[in-house]
Amino acid sequence: MSAVLNSETKKVLVDPLVSNNPITLQVLGICSALAVTSQMSTSLIMALALTLVTAFSSAAISAIRNHIPSSIRIIVQMTIIASLVIVVDQILKAFAFEISKQLSVFVGLIITNCIVMGRAEGYAMKNPPLESFMDGIGNGLGYSLILVTVAFFREIFGSGKLLGMEIFPLVKDGGWYDPNGLMLLPPSAFFIIGLIIWGVREWKPEQSEKVEYKILPIAHGEGGHH
Amino acid sequence: MEAYISLFIKAVFIENLALSFFLGMCTFIAVSKKISTAMGLGIAVMVVQAITVPANNFVYHALLKEDALSWIGITGVDLSFLALLSCIGMIAALVQILEMVLDKFFPALYSALGIFLPLITVNCAILGGSLFMIERDYNFGESVTYGVGSGLGWALAITVMAGVREKLKYSDIPAGLQGLGITFITAGLMSLGFMAFSGIQL
Repeated sequence: MSAVLNSETKKVLVDPLVSNNPITLQVLGICSALAVTSQMSTSLIMALALTLVTAFSSAAISAIRNHIPSSIRIIVQMTIIASLVIVVDQILKAFAFEISKQLSVFVGLIITNCIVMGRAEGYAMKNPPLESFMDGIGNGLGYSLILVTVAFFREIFGSGKLLGMEIFPLVKDGGWYDPNGLMLLPPSAFFIIGLIIWGVREWKPEQSEKVEYKILPIAHGEGGHH
Repeated sequence: MEAYISLFIKAVFIENLALSFFLGMCTFIAVSKKISTAMGLGIAVMVVQAITVPANNFVYHALLKEDALSWIGITGVDLSFLALLSCIGMIAALVQILEMVLDKFFPALYSALGIFLPLITVNCAILGGSLFMIERDYNFGESVTYGVGSGLGWALAITVMAGVREKLKYSDIPAGLQGLGITFITAGLMSLGFMAFSGIQL
């Protein structure tokens, strides 16, 4: 095991979690993901599906990377990814039909999730299969981390539950918690992601973006009635 | 006719692909810094959406749906699991053809929209539109309406977003929230605004 987890594999596995997170830093893969975050259960399944697809597609693409002509590489990558997504979709329909109904089109949209394509194009085309597999897992986990965090806040404040179990007793059942309906609606996901990005960048200031226009404080005696 | 108008309004405002289903977010965030580029991309998405959704609808109903192959005498075959692969292949091929046609016959339009076309193949809004069409079992007429409407809704959302961001760059924002963070919060506020349409019934 120690041979497998050498420093390079460890780096590609751990780096995407916070310091190079695909969502908060690279702005990838937010597309389809946020709509499934109103409950923990759907977002966990989605996270698992995406991590597996990213890992296996990276490994497969990396294994044949020297045989793919560069002019048709996007189509080859897409076919591999789409086939894997079909497998995931069929498995979900067979074993977790309720959840696959709730996820509706979003499992299919893993195909166009920029994380999968981005890792295939940016990492798997240049690196051996094992590292690519680990890189896929790492980026999948970085995505999962954000997805599950958002789902945690939305479910607990929106319906007082976690994974369907009651955490805050609701007012209508005689408890004390009045659920915040906004948390179940799409805008809340944007707000939570925005706040997560803010938090991460306060923690690691080197991720902050440059200001386009610096706002100078008003010099004394100018602008204003003294 | 009324059903089509209702579907159109629903696709543009109430079920806006960008703001209520988060589709096409990567490009939505990345290309919304200037109004002119955002509008160009918006129009390109609308055109591609209006072509691909009906085209996928046709392929799905003629080849993939359960018992769809009965017109050539094959019955009892259900190929609907291939819908994902056929949709993405169809989109990639149509975008490529559109690019070549524009290049050959409308060079001015090509130079305006050309750079956005490759981006569109991997735009989830396009694939999402086709998948919603399959899930909701639209017929051909509905799929044309839905394609145009959802594309227009997306174009509207990204253009408005770019307008807000052009003003936003002069504001005093905390360092960590600069750029991406405030963009998300803005998108959230816009999404709240679009939800005001949800009571509309035609």
